[in-house]
Parts: sequence; C-alpha cells; structure tokens
Amino acid sequence: MNDTPEKTSAEDDDKEWILRLYVAGQTPKSLRAYKNLKKIAEEHLAGKYRIELIDLLENPKLAKGDQIVAIPTLVRQLPEPMRKIIGDLSNTERVLVGLDLKPVE
Amino acid sequence: MVRPTASEGQQGLDKAPTGIAGLDEITNGGLPQGRISLVSGGPGSGKTLLAMEFLVRGAREYGDPGVFMAFEETGEELVENTASLGFDLQQLVDEGKILLDFVFIERTEFEETGEFDLEGLFVRLNHAIDSVGAKRVVLDTIETLFAGLPNEAIVRAELRRLFRWLKTKGVTAVITGERGHDKITRYGLEEYVSDCVIVLDHRIVEQISTRRIRVAKYRGTEHGTNEYPFVISEDGMVVTPITSLRLEHQAPTEHVSTGVDGLDAMLNGRGFYRSSTVMVTGTAGAGKSIFAASFAQAACERGERCVYFAFEEAPAQIIRNMRSVGIDLQPYIDKGLLRIIASRPMMHGLETHLANIHKSIEDLKPEVAVMDPITNFSSVGGTWQVTALLSRLIDYFKMNEITALFTSLTEAGGPLDTSEVGVSSLMDTWVLLSNVEDNGVRTRYIRVLKSRGMAHSSESREFTLTDSGVEIRENLQEGGGAR
Repeated sequence: MNDTPEKTSAEDDDKEWILRLYVAGQTPKSLRAYKNLKKIAEEHLAGKYRIELIDLLENPKLAKGDQIVAIPTLVRQLPEPMRKIIGDLSNTERVLVGLDLKPVE
Repeated sequence: MVRPTASEGQQGLDKAPTGIAGLDEITNGGLPQGRISLVSGGPGSGKTLLAMEFLVRGAREYGDPGVFMAFEETGEELVENTASLGFDLQQLVDEGKILLDFVFIERTEFEETGEFDLEGLFVRLNHAIDSVGAKRVVLDTIETLFAGLPNEAIVRAELRRLFRWLKTKGVTAVITGERGHDKITRYGLEEYVSDCVIVLDHRIVEQISTRRIRVAKYRGTEHGTNEYPFVISEDGMVVTPITSLRLEHQAPTEHVSTGVDGLDAMLNGRGFYRSSTVMVTGTAGAGKSIFAASFAQAACERGERCVYFAFEEAPAQIIRNMRSVGIDLQPYIDKGLLRIIASRPMMHGLETHLANIHKSIEDLKPEVAVMDPITNFSSVGGTWQVTALLSRLIDYFKMNEITALFTSLTEAGGPLDTSEVGVSSLMDTWVLLSNVEDNGVRTRYIRVLKSRGMAHSSESREFTLTDSGVEIRENLQEGGGAR
C-alpha cells in the first residue's frame, strides 16, 4: 500500500546502536525489561547493538544527570536523535515504534 | 473578626517555622514538621515563591538544609526569580545548604511499553536529600507528572507512595499544585495530603491587585481561617497584616504626654496610656494635624523615636505648616528621631500600604507612630476593607508597644461623633475637635469622647492655636460648646 516506505533508522545498516536501560535494583520489572530488550535487539539489530545496563541504586547521580523519573527507562543513545521509552518493554510493537525500528502505522 | 482564639501551646505537634512574616502567626507556628503541606493556587499566585522562601529561610535562619525539586522552571530561572526578591539562593546552593534539581519531562519523549514506576524519581530525591542532609523538601509543581507521563493510574499510585515515603524520611515537605476548577488542585492532590493545605489567590479588584492566603486545612492545630492579604515585597512574602491571633497585648499603666498640656490635663493630668491607640477626629481645618505634630514632638523631646505617616501632605509642607504654630520638627528629623513618610493612598493597594508601614516600623522601631489622616484610605478600599486594615494595624502597633495616633476627617455638617472610617470602637482614646461659628467668630473646641481605663474630663473646652502650639482653656461651663 505504501510504495515508498519511510526509511527507518534500522536501515542505516552500518550504524552502531547504543541502548541504555535504566533500572533501580533487580526487580521483576527490571529483569523483564532487560529480557525483552535483549530479545528485540537480537531480532532487529543483531550484531550492531550494545546494551548498557545502569542500576540507579548503584549510581543515583545518574538519575539527575540523565533526567530519569520512570523505571525502567530505555534510552536510545545512538543513533541520534536520542529517544526515551518507559515501561518493561513487553509491548514489542510499541518498543519498535519508540526506537524508530518500525514506522508509525 | 479575625481572631480565632488559640489555646496556649500546641501539644504533640511540632512545627517547622517558615520564617515568612505573618504566615507563622496564622499557622500558629509554621508548617507541620515531618509532614507534607500542599500549597495550591492559580498561575502567578505566588506558590513557587512561598515554597522557595520556606526553603531559603529554613536554610538561612533555622539551619535546615533543603532540596528544591522543580518540575516547571529551570534551576537558573529559579535562582533569577528569587534573587530579585532578596534571597541569595545561589549562595546557599554554593554553600551546599540548598540543592536544586530540575526534573524535565516532555511527553513526546515517552513511549509507554509496559508496566513502569517512578522509582527513578525516588532514587533522585533520596540522593538529593541525603547529599545535603535536607530537612525541608519542596516539590514544585509535581502535578506536571500527570501531563508528562502516559498512565494516570500509575502516577497516582506512585505519588501516594512518594508522599508516604517522604514522611518516613522525616522531612518537612511542601508540594505545590495548580488550582483546579472545582477542586483545590487540578488532579486532586489534596486527597493525599491530609496534614496542611494552604490556598493562594490573586485577584484584581478595582484595578488594584490583591493577593490572599488561606489555611484551608491544618490537622491537629488551630489556625486562622480567614483569608489574609499578602504582598510580595522585596524581602519576600509578607502576610499582612501581622495579626496576633491572641489578645495578649500588655496593658501598660505608664502614661505619655499628648504634647499639649491642656489635653494632658483633660486626661487625668497625665496624657495617653503608653501603647494605646488614639484617634483625633474633626472637620477640615480643625487642627488635627497640629495635635498629631505636638504628640510627635513630645515623643522626640523624651528621646523616643517617631514615625509620621503622612497621607495628605508632603514632609516639607508639614514642617512649614507646623512652624507657624511654633512646632519645629526639623531638628528631630536631623537627629534621626523623627521620620516623616509621605505617600498617596491611591498609590498602592491597601496591602502594599500595610507592608510599607510594617517595613518602616521594623526599620526605625519607633515608640510612637502617627497616621495622618486615615480617612483617605476609603478611596482605595471598601469600608469593610479599610476597617479590617486599621484593626490589624492597631493590633500590630499594640504588639510592638507603639503608642499610635490616628487622625480622621469628619464631614462638615455630619454628626461630629461619627468618624468616616468606622473604627472608633477599636480606639482606646477618642478626641474630637470642632469649629463653631458664632457671629463671625470661629471658636475651636476639644472634647475627649472616651478614654479607656482612666478618669477623664468629658466636657468641651475651648482651645486656640498660638505661635507656641495649642492652648486649651480650662473650665468652659459644662454643657456648652459643640456636641
């Protein structure tokens, strides 16, 4: 239906993805978010992504520095522009839209 | 009127004084310590200022470090906005006594992908509190979270948890909220904050801006329930007037001279009581200001300080006029004993006048004050407002043990014992001046209508204005003269 689909960031093949996941301790929600992120990244960004897990309990200063309020928060550091997604990432559809791996339908 | 009676001492409820002039009086000591107070108001009503002043004064005057978490303004804006009010916020920040944290939330950044909580905010606040050892915390305006985050139910549950957690941290917290249409706050935060709710209001009446503050709720403590006017002065917020909630003024038995021998004689031979409030009424040209000036002069002669608030004439004009009746005020001004402060009533709203009066009194700490005349205030506020202002002013003078003399104009032809500004019942002593024309001869009369707590002459006496002041003749026959 759409002959010239918008290019998504994923199609810039050579770019590295840095995904930063902010959690606060090893809560079920955090573990779930990490698992979901890992799965999505493997499926869509295999070989060109890096996940940085940041535990605010160990690094409370970063909550201020990186403007984190909600937990879990996933930040797409690279490629730019930066994007923020909150929640445990269980809604794959939304994660893909949020990361700009899939155009908004 | 404005005096809920307060019982002695509040048992079991500790207060964190705000240090804000007047607010601690109406809250009977400050905000509930270790608990959360909600300050609600419309845009520009002064809630951020109140919250910031609570923090700054806490740090500066009570040694309580504080955290200000801003959800709306940036840290730089905050420093700027409060520097203009005389708080040197930046210095307190540099000294590590106050920590500012600016929480930036933009809805477009967020894609909700599942369950979340606000643990990030908790961690952030906790870290801020611990890093300065905060005893006071402000969250301004936390309701922004509702607009910024996608799931209202989660935000509500998390705020509830946040407030509970704040209590366990033992900090005294102020959260601000935007006024809602039919609720105290738009998102009903008042449901979660049950300890103390303060509502601010800013309205324009007859082109004069008026700010008001009301303590809507204060669990476990007695508080003033009225709306109190306040102003934002260069030293921060001033809840005016500084009303004492208790009628506990001292009732001194010492006397002070009226500055007119004949009037002293009529008042039990000794004059007014110290710290009492005196009103001198009369028609135009009856000599009210001369009695006021004589009173001021006598105070300065005793070495006391006097503030003369002139609402009709400029200082130079008053000095010139008084010289013509042998009263030279200039030397006292030069010695710093007398200060004449002239302002037009129309220049400000009533609250601003009060704040200015209050400030002058704080500056000079006089024993004696003159307000000449109070009648003109009727042009700035309604009768009720003027009466309220004066009654609070009288309270303020009494609290500071200032003997105050007010003059008030009565309309010619009107009943002489009706003062335009209906505050005579608040006055301790009431002196009436009148002019009677008879066969082209004008005769001046003086009468003491009342003087609480002392024997006084109730007869009318004739007086003249000479080049050495007022001279009152004795023993006009009883019943003669003006009534």
